[in-house]
Amino acid sequence: MSLFVIGYYTLILAASCLAAYFNKRSAFLLLFSLTLVSFVLGIIGGVGALKFVVVVAGLIALSAMVSYAFREFLITLSPTGVAKELRTAPLTAAFGMFVIFTYAIAGIFAPLIAPHGEAAVISGAFAPADENMLLGADQLGRDMFSRLVFGARNSVGLALTATLMAFFLGATAGLLAAVKGGWFDQAMGRFADVIMSIPSLIFALLMLSIFGPTIPVIIVAVAIIYAPRVFRLTRAVAGNVVVMDYIEAAKLRGEGTGYLIRREVLPNSMAPLIAEFGLEFCFVFLLVAGLSFLGLGIQPPTADWGSMVRENATLISFGDITPLIPAAAIALLTVGVNFVVDWMLHRSSGLKE
Amino acid sequence: MTKKKDVLLKIRNLRIEGYSNEHWVDIIKGVDLTLHRGEVMGLIGESGAGKSTIGAGAMGYARDGTRISEGSSVEFDGMELTTATESERRALRGNRIAYVAQSAAASFNPAHKIIDQHTEAPLHYRLQKRMEAQEDAMQLYEKLRLPHPHEIGFRYPHQVSGGQLQRAMTAMAMSCRPDLIIFDEPTTALDVTTQIEVLAAIRDIVDEYNTAAIYITHDLAVVAQMADTIKVLLKGEEVEEAPTEEMLDNPKEDYTKSLWAVRSFESPQRQRPKGEVPLISLQHIDAAYTAGPKILDDVSFDIYAGMTVAVVGESGSGKSTAARVITGLLPPQKGEVLFKGEPFTPDYRNRTKDELRQCQMIYQSADTSLNPKVRISEIIGRPAQFYSGLKGAALKNRVDELLDLIELEPALYYNRYPPELSGGQKQRIGIARALAAEPTFIICDEVTSALDQLVAEGILRLLDRLQNELNLAYMFITHDLATVRSIADEVVVMQQGKVVEQGPKDEMFQPPHHPYTDLLLSSVPEMDPNWLTTLLEERGVDNVGDAAAAKIAT
Repeated sequence: MSLFVIGYYTLILAASCLAAYFNKRSAFLLLFSLTLVSFVLGIIGGVGALKFVVVVAGLIALSAMVSYAFREFLITLSPTGVAKELRTAPLTAAFGMFVIFTYAIAGIFAPLIAPHGEAAVISGAFAPADENMLLGADQLGRDMFSRLVFGARNSVGLALTATLMAFFLGATAGLLAAVKGGWFDQAMGRFADVIMSIPSLIFALLMLSIFGPTIPVIIVAVAIIYAPRVFRLTRAVAGNVVVMDYIEAAKLRGEGTGYLIRREVLPNSMAPLIAEFGLEFCFVFLLVAGLSFLGLGIQPPTADWGSMVRENATLISFGDITPLIPAAAIALLTVGVNFVVDWMLHRSSGLKE
Repeated sequence: MTKKKDVLLKIRNLRIEGYSNEHWVDIIKGVDLTLHRGEVMGLIGESGAGKSTIGAGAMGYARDGTRISEGSSVEFDGMELTTATESERRALRGNRIAYVAQSAAASFNPAHKIIDQHTEAPLHYRLQKRMEAQEDAMQLYEKLRLPHPHEIGFRYPHQVSGGQLQRAMTAMAMSCRPDLIIFDEPTTALDVTTQIEVLAAIRDIVDEYNTAAIYITHDLAVVAQMADTIKVLLKGEEVEEAPTEEMLDNPKEDYTKSLWAVRSFESPQRQRPKGEVPLISLQHIDAAYTAGPKILDDVSFDIYAGMTVAVVGESGSGKSTAARVITGLLPPQKGEVLFKGEPFTPDYRNRTKDELRQCQMIYQSADTSLNPKVRISEIIGRPAQFYSGLKGAALKNRVDELLDLIELEPALYYNRYPPELSGGQKQRIGIARALAAEPTFIICDEVTSALDQLVAEGILRLLDRLQNELNLAYMFITHDLATVRSIADEVVVMQQGKVVEQGPKDEMFQPPHHPYTDLLLSSVPEMDPNWLTTLLEERGVDNVGDAAAAKIAT
């Protein structure tokens, strides 16, 4: 029995006893169940499994520390009003913000960060990682890390534009439908139903094979697919707002539709829309990645995470994790955005207690 | 009436804290309370005085976000509730302590029949078998004079009227024959005519079973009928406590006196100017919502410039619909509205800016009538900007002037948002928004009914002052006759969409009345503690409330 194993069990048992002694119920439950699981793991997996547990715990602790520091950093930098809101953010939300921040930096400063060009062939196909290439090379010998950084710009930028457009279309239609009501509302509602009744991936494939896989077509196709969902949400939220007395007062004052939407309805429907924006962004991102994977998204040699997964997919059968790295980048962003969205939903739904 | 003098509930130094802005703040600051068996104690005070919090605290319960702090003692029949375990406290609730909430409609589960909800507690505590419990429920319904006591329990809550539901809830609280019932504003949401039935029912049943009760309300006249002793609360502290008669005749503290004095405000009655055209005139209006029954049936009344016309009636009598017809939200089916003798465009969408400006509205609930995401400066400034085209400094001056007019300090309120204001201040902002349009006619839809009496009094005085300064005409929709008495010049009484009586105020408050007006007037509680007893003796139990209203209508 190695020193590591003895140290491991001593530490974890001491920590559970301390937690129990100081009446920290949830901490004790967590630590002690980990101890029990570790017994089994140690028997089955040996030292390797225990080391894996330590690494995972260390990673979680590390990201918690990063999140905490990042939140404090944001609180210090922002003005008092925003700082007060930020203080209510849980660590998960801070982690999400940190992830988004990192991706934004990577995307904006991609040419400065990436050591090699997006399409530059610098070594043999599937070359392993060395001091020149952080993550090895892809199937044409391009630097994986550089392509990952450029991919942040292309994939995220495309998803962001498409989501913004979907929101612009959907929210405008939804607000108009709620304020106008009557036949306009009905017509918009049925139109949205028609779009939603077409399976989204098939619709996108159809549009892309008709008009060709260029970036504007991808953006418009994705925006059209997601706009009806935004429309439905906006209409429902705004529907609750337009029955308020202050809307009646504004109508009786003789205000036009533009003022009603801009000043009276929109500020009161903003919170759920922002939360929905985060969610839709993830869906759009996954759809764009899916399209790229199928070969109808962003075209080579432009770096894109979805197509990077597909291009390197053969490596998986050799037990190499290279194709999973862009997939992990997508997953991390999705999780990060959802953490932030959860926090916003929590705030806007008034579940504060 | 003999009352056993043993103590049932003893609260000592009750302190309840609430969590706000990351601090624990005292909501109840050390209140003592002693309640004997069979005694009814009235808790009165403004909203925010902590009445309901004390009521819940008497059950050893603190709402989410609040906690009973250490050192408080709530002793119920010899058992300390603050240190009891949750399951011990649960065993008391519903069984020995029951609670009747303000809104019965919101407190009943709409998916279950009334009697199933009634029998839930006795079955849960295994006091009665289901059939016995149902039998008992029917007896209680009969005692509470609910119509068709043997079958009403098998209806769903939405099939029963508000007053009946409130009585069914009282019956439900009685189902285990508790020692203590807490009534939290049980009649506040009801019309006066309905309220009287509920009050009579509650009083009878509490007497009959010698139940102790804590009666929470902000209506002094109601508490005078119900309570043996009255405790006055202000901001979580006790002001004074005394037996009802003594409290009414001889209040000691200034705050109590000010509560009593509230009803004294009365604006001098104005007379119709002779030979003038009425400002607003409704002529034989019929109105209905699409494909529904007629809500207004041949309604005619006039409103002259600078005068206040109060429109009174129960809920559902068509008061608010009349207002919607005038504002143009609901164009009439028949008849027309005249403005200074000229026809007023029926649909608000077709009205000119000037027509829209003339007629403004103040709403009942200031919470829903002010946009929570817009600054006060814009809420008030927008009409001025919209109608008069004011900009920049002129607009700011106008807003300051309006804020001055409603007695709010401009510098303090200019940049605030509505959620940062109290109920009375919000209502004042609503008034300022109406004034900003420089109207000649304002519809006040139950503007004071959501406010405490002292605050409501301030609003009424403000409206009266503004009327004198700006020569405004008011249409005052209300069901509160005390408000009518203080501010109206003329009164229109409505029942089921028809005008049953109209005339100057002093005539309306003198007999002879139309029977419906008489019923409304006699149903308003008075401060005399024997008022309810006398009234019931005079009219008989079957001749008050809904039953009587139904008789008049047919």
